Amino acid sequence: MKEEKVIRKWFWVWNFETEERWLNTMAQSGWVLTKVSFCTYHFSPCQPGEYTIRLEMHAADRDYLSFMEEIGAEYVGRMVQWMYFRRKAELGPFDLFSDIDSKIAHLKKIGNTLAVIGGANLLIGLVNSFNPTHIGWVNLLCATLLMYALGRIHGKMESLQNDRLLLES
Amino acid sequence: MNDNPVLTESTYYILLSLHTPQHGYGIMQRAEALSGGRVRLAAGTLYGALTSLCDKGWIEPLPVVDSRKKEYQLTPKGLAVLKNELNRLRQLVANGETVLKEEAI
Repeated sequence: MKEEKVIRKWFWVWNFETEERWLNTMAQSGWVLTKVSFCTYHFSPCQPGEYTIRLEMHAADRDYLSFMEEIGAEYVGRMVQWMYFRRKAELGPFDLFSDIDSKIAHLKKIGNTLAVIGGANLLIGLVNSFNPTHIGWVNLLCATLLMYALGRIHGKMESLQNDRLLLES
Repeated sequence: MNDNPVLTESTYYILLSLHTPQHGYGIMQRAEALSGGRVRLAAGTLYGALTSLCDKGWIEPLPVVDSRKKEYQLTPKGLAVLKNELNRLRQLVANGETVLKEEAI
């Protein structure tokens, strides 16, 4: 029987780099990601350091998946808008973004998604706050949290934008 | 857009690599080889750049035949941009050498 490890863990969206680091630490210790679902990570045994894991917010895109396949990366799965990839370390370093511009573009994509979901929650919350039978405050709470997340992502973006004034990568 | 665009290093090496048709992985390898291992184009960066460069008409995808791998090539417009950039880089180097001629470089 195939051995498997299932870990339930929560990461805030602004900590996606921490999440990626954790997944790589798991791979370093011989457990490679095989499946993701909501707050749940599935791992199979691998050679320690056999794989590099990367994650990215990217819309479902057949073309991108075949591009990743061509460069030797395996698509592990997706969770909402996040795509998880892994590649054998023997193929060389595996990164998704190699210059500041593309890192900023990625953060912008995350920010836009948060703004859309946050805005929708705000709207629904406000509309329902006049409706006593409905729990509009839940949406308002979600909106507040999403706006906080947006702020964190913007902070990261700003520091990259400052670098970009002088540097390319 | 500016008639004399200044390219980023990634853009420069992608265009240069596409002087002969290449697929995605080929571009990465060629850019790395040309730069003596210094420039490693990351997957997402390259994919995003390829899409934008196609939109600008500086490169174009080749019709996919039997092989699954999608290849791209430089267009005449892209070649003109690259030549223009090369002239800018020559000036950059010449200026650096003039100013720093006293120093041992």
